[in-house]
Amino acid sequence: MSDASNAALLDVRDVSKAFGTVEVLRAVSLEVKRGEVVTIIGPSGSGKTTLLRCVNFLESYDSGSIRIDGKEVGYRDAGTRQRRSERDLAAMRAETGMVFQSFNLFPHLTAAGNIMLGLRKVRGKSEAEARKIAEHWLGRVGLAHKADSLPAELSGGQQQRVGIARAVAMEPKILLLDEITSALDPELVGEVLAVVRSLAEDGMTMLMVTHEMAFARDASSRIVFMADGGVSAVGPPAEILATEASNERLRSFLARFRASHF
Amino acid sequence: MLSQILYALPFLAEGFAVTLWVSLLVVVLSLVAGVVLGVGLVYGPAPARLAVRIFSDTIRGIPILVLIFFVYYGLPAVGLHLQSFWAAVLALTLFKTAQVVEYLRGAVGSIPKGQSEAAMAIGLTFRQRLAYVIFPQAFRRFLPPWINGVTDAVKGSALVSLLGITDLMQAINQVIGRTYEAMPLYILGALVYFAVNYALSLASRRLEQRFSFIRE
Repeated sequence: MSDASNAALLDVRDVSKAFGTVEVLRAVSLEVKRGEVVTIIGPSGSGKTTLLRCVNFLESYDSGSIRIDGKEVGYRDAGTRQRRSERDLAAMRAETGMVFQSFNLFPHLTAAGNIMLGLRKVRGKSEAEARKIAEHWLGRVGLAHKADSLPAELSGGQQQRVGIARAVAMEPKILLLDEITSALDPELVGEVLAVVRSLAEDGMTMLMVTHEMAFARDASSRIVFMADGGVSAVGPPAEILATEASNERLRSFLARFRASHF
Repeated sequence: MLSQILYALPFLAEGFAVTLWVSLLVVVLSLVAGVVLGVGLVYGPAPARLAVRIFSDTIRGIPILVLIFFVYYGLPAVGLHLQSFWAAVLALTLFKTAQVVEYLRGAVGSIPKGQSEAAMAIGLTFRQRLAYVIFPQAFRRFLPPWINGVTDAVKGSALVSLLGITDLMQAINQVIGRTYEAMPLYILGALVYFAVNYALSLASRRLEQRFSFIRE
């Protein structure tokens, strides 16, 4: 742990994955250091979401290695590729928070209940402790007054903020955000991004797939541009945008993006 | 006539008790077996899924009467001798289990995949995901067809009379054999079956309302 602050918290190395004959990830390598906010951009079908889902092993991968804090994710070791036990996988996933495009709140539980479930059953907190933590995080995302509302009684933006609170309440080492504003009405996007920004300011390590280009530019430590299942460019926002002239794919992606977002 | 029926009432009550006992055994055993096999069908490895699928399709493709006779008269050929009561319970349970498997598959299958993934993402194990996320949501969809199946089980239990078991149906037939009062006794029998099943339907409606949390 001596060089823990310098070593990458998340270390993705040469990860490949195919669905049948379609190669969705081709030897992708990527590092995220503690406290960094890394955003992945790229055209649809470029493997962004698949990569994110491999990081907490919602998706298995065919070769390569993904390590969080030096520990191999999903497999006992990258060589034998023996899948971890169910218990091991669950314990590993508890260390990575994930926020989904479609929120995926549990509809039978209240906002507080959604946050408390993992705290109670995975972290072993008492009812009272869990409730306290849930209320704290609901306050952080501006929903202290909605603790006892069911998801169906909340707006999309509110649901997604509960989704974020549910993920961060577990105190994950890294937070994975999968196009979390894509399913929202435009006027609700801002409230969700404001929450993400405040988490970034607190030093939460995040890996984020997004189509919010302005947000990626302003809030990221680094941007990863993916195309055709591989990393096409990576660097600080200013640097990435400066390579536009020399990177044909990036240029056409940004051009199309600008065309569709005036 | 009335006095004859009144005289027969304790005997009918004994038959009714057998009907309830058979129904209860079948419902409870098939629920346990059906849920286990149903989970295997949805989440199990390929061989387990195939085995459950073959079991369910085969059983559901056989008339229940054939199944009852097969278990009672057929199984002794392979060395399994069951008393008529247990043969009937086994046959009805097999039949009901296959149905419960399908109810469970339908109910669990209707829960969006994102629910499992969100539950995985917070670190819940497979059992915890079932217990705290999937089953509570699937329960509401499982309940109506299942209760319907329970009433079927109560009605279907009348078939055990064909193995000479004195359930309500058989008791009625025996009383008719002595009194020749077919009509009033069949009406009485019908009313008893109806009362049980109607009570079940009412209970089901209550339960459904209780578990109908709002969904988007």
